[in-house]
Amino acid sequence: MATVITVRAPFAFLRRLVSACLHRHCCSTVQTACFVSRPHSYSLIAGQQHRFFRTSYVAARPILQFKLSDIGEGIMEVTVKEWYVKEGDKVSQFDSICEVQSDKASVTITSRYDGIIRKLYHDVDSIALVGKPLVDIETEAGQVEGPQEDVVETPAMSQEEHTHQEIKGHKTQATPAVRRLAMENNIKLSEVIGTGKDSRILKEDILNFLARQTGAILLPAPFQEIRPPPPAAVAPSAPAAKPKEKRSPPSIPTPVIPKPVFTGKDHTEPIKGFQKAMVKTMSAALKIPHFGYKDEVDLSQLVRLRSELKGLAESRGVKLSYMPFFIKAASLGLLHFPIFNSSLDENCTNITYKAAHNIGLAMDTSQGLLVPNVKNVQMLSVFEIAVELNRLQTLGAAGQLGTADLTGGTFTLSNIGSIGGTYAKPVILPPEVAIGALGKIQVLPRFNHKGEVVKAHIVNVSWSADHRIIDGATMCRFSNLWRSYLENPASMVLDLK
Amino acid sequence: MVLRLSNRACVLSGSARLKSTLSTYFDEMGKAGIILKSASTGIFENLALEDWIPDRVDLQNRSMLLLWRNSPVVVIGRHQNPWQECNLPLMRRLGIPLARRRSGGGTVFHDFGNINMTFFTSKKKYDRHRNLKVVTSALKALRPDLDVAATDRFDILLNGHYKISGTAAKLGRTSAYHHCTLLCSVDRSILSSVLKSNTSEVIKSNATPSVPSPVKNLLDVDPTLDSNTIMDAIASQYSNEFGFDSPVITVDPTHEGLMPGIHKMAQDLQTWEWIYGRTPKFSVCSSIVVDDVTIKLDMDIKNGAVGQCAMEIPENWLPSEMVNEFTSTLNGSNYCPNETAVLMAAFMRTVSMTADVAEKIHRLCAGVVSVM
Repeated sequence: MATVITVRAPFAFLRRLVSACLHRHCCSTVQTACFVSRPHSYSLIAGQQHRFFRTSYVAARPILQFKLSDIGEGIMEVTVKEWYVKEGDKVSQFDSICEVQSDKASVTITSRYDGIIRKLYHDVDSIALVGKPLVDIETEAGQVEGPQEDVVETPAMSQEEHTHQEIKGHKTQATPAVRRLAMENNIKLSEVIGTGKDSRILKEDILNFLARQTGAILLPAPFQEIRPPPPAAVAPSAPAAKPKEKRSPPSIPTPVIPKPVFTGKDHTEPIKGFQKAMVKTMSAALKIPHFGYKDEVDLSQLVRLRSELKGLAESRGVKLSYMPFFIKAASLGLLHFPIFNSSLDENCTNITYKAAHNIGLAMDTSQGLLVPNVKNVQMLSVFEIAVELNRLQTLGAAGQLGTADLTGGTFTLSNIGSIGGTYAKPVILPPEVAIGALGKIQVLPRFNHKGEVVKAHIVNVSWSADHRIIDGATMCRFSNLWRSYLENPASMVLDLK
Repeated sequence: MVLRLSNRACVLSGSARLKSTLSTYFDEMGKAGIILKSASTGIFENLALEDWIPDRVDLQNRSMLLLWRNSPVVVIGRHQNPWQECNLPLMRRLGIPLARRRSGGGTVFHDFGNINMTFFTSKKKYDRHRNLKVVTSALKALRPDLDVAATDRFDILLNGHYKISGTAAKLGRTSAYHHCTLLCSVDRSILSSVLKSNTSEVIKSNATPSVPSPVKNLLDVDPTLDSNTIMDAIASQYSNEFGFDSPVITVDPTHEGLMPGIHKMAQDLQTWEWIYGRTPKFSVCSSIVVDDVTIKLDMDIKNGAVGQCAMEIPENWLPSEMVNEFTSTLNGSNYCPNETAVLMAAFMRTVSMTADVAEKIHRLCAGVVSVM
């Protein structure tokens, strides 16, 4: 089938157009006849000409070779270090294409054209020569080839990494290509709402503006969230609105409420790293039949004790919070109720009572939930627990917790109350069998033994336990013992080991 | 003339000129050359300042010099491999952070005894030799007997032998910057220990390698040369060399109002994905010895994440299904000791194993983490 075209255009442009044709079509016999010798005397088979230009996407787009321009200092070759685009990506003028390196200088190469990347000429770590092609870009038909020298713009456009193909323009509200489009259509840039980054005006915004003026139907622009459609235009889903408007009485036109067109896209990413760890752990926890038990603890005496001891601990270089007391009380409770410090094997045939009380602390870090544990709490004093907690908190904040600190836990406490909350339903971390979550300490009115209303420091504890081996009564007794140590800290002294 | 910009900033906001930024301030000054001093010693804020200036300031008709110093940090070049260039476990122990800059070149150690100088120009006026001449002339003006000279590799050598300055550059579409270090009174023992990798033998990569050189401090040859004296000399020599009448302005790179967008630039420079994830792909091939058993470990790392992990472990030491589960846990995770530790903890919680197997996995994990 003949694919000859009529063009009235500069010879160079024609040559590129023809070579693009040759590139795209496979009609071999016509190709040789088509090739450049009589530039202005081709004629199209009648009827095909107009269709060809308007509907044919493939043939009319020229492919421009983008050559590596002079970098300065007499450098003739560079190493391609990183590509920001791949074949098939859409680029705008001034988007970053790749990063090259030469002699301790890192250079960002930006695109001179709008278009689609069709070919990358170099792999990463290969040498590219100045003046030789870097990429092929398929551009819009009729796009003028950009200047050979980089255009001097004030203020400078960004040279930052373009990981998402967006430019941070600031004082420049639009790229030169967009400005040209606006100028050609007699549009004032100040009248156009920019939807690009930092209110930058994109080509789509100019097209929308034009469409608004002419009332044409538009496709929603990409990369936008919610965009109310132009008042005079209609959304693609309701083409019938326009004729309706004409039919209604001219005196009081019924208001057409524009439906916001949502063009946001779902974003899927694989689960890996810290998230994967949590997914794995919690999925395994599902196998444990949990039951919950919640209670209230009056910490008034503990608050007094801590405020007395805080100064002393600080003089020894340690920050003393309530957690060391909660942890030590739990360990004392575990001595009387060792079943809470046990582990059930996979077939639920054996219980292993762990000798060491390695009490885990749920920690909220920038990477998510981490649970380091304090080893052998049964041998540590409250102060030593505080020291160990400080160490773990510092490591956690620095992102340096190691496997030794993160494994081997036998019982866990979560101080979610430090962020907020009262009651919780914590999930047991296998292979443990119990966990406690502490809400925030609130000052609430309570009755004392004389029937008077007094101020009390109340914290709520929420326990979860493995109902295969722990029953409600045992949980209640353990919780009561733990609670009694905290409500009357002097009793801890009697049982301290 | 030294102007404290923060005072000026108060004046700017007082007169309710809401859109005033550092950029408009420079435009109003109308000077062809400006010298800036950073008020911050934070590496990420200062690197963000280096990003902000070419992005938002008109450099076509104006050049700038930025003088800055940082608290101890190791800075690697854009395309380098940190595991190859420095001793990461030692840095973690000492609390010395790692940063990746946007320019090319090799790895350096900064502390308060090191002066950084960044020369901002348009791309046409980019001339590294001329910039280095400013530095060497300034030093010679201070101490005429000083033997300092720039090489054609853009280093500055003291007494023809010791490197006291290294260079790197970044070129964009219309502007460029050239920055270099200057060793005045850096802690050389820390410098040499952190810049020596503990894992370079096990890494195979195409990343830009650093060229190690013997170094010396200017203070070693002349105890009266301190950083402030040197910075002042460089500032005045800059004005002389380029014929500018440059004021010296102190800038606070954390001032988001004056430099809109700079906070995000600093944040971007601190992400794991930028600092570690930007490493060109490499492979790790190591032998770990655990309990007299030698284990061969092979990992391919792309974008800082473990792509393929293979381990050769004798079957009688650990069952192969356990080993396969272990390696599949690592696949896709970041090449980071913290993340590996967390994944291993989850692995040990969810896969049932006897106590001695747990011990072995523990030690195996410690061995794997030691190369990270």
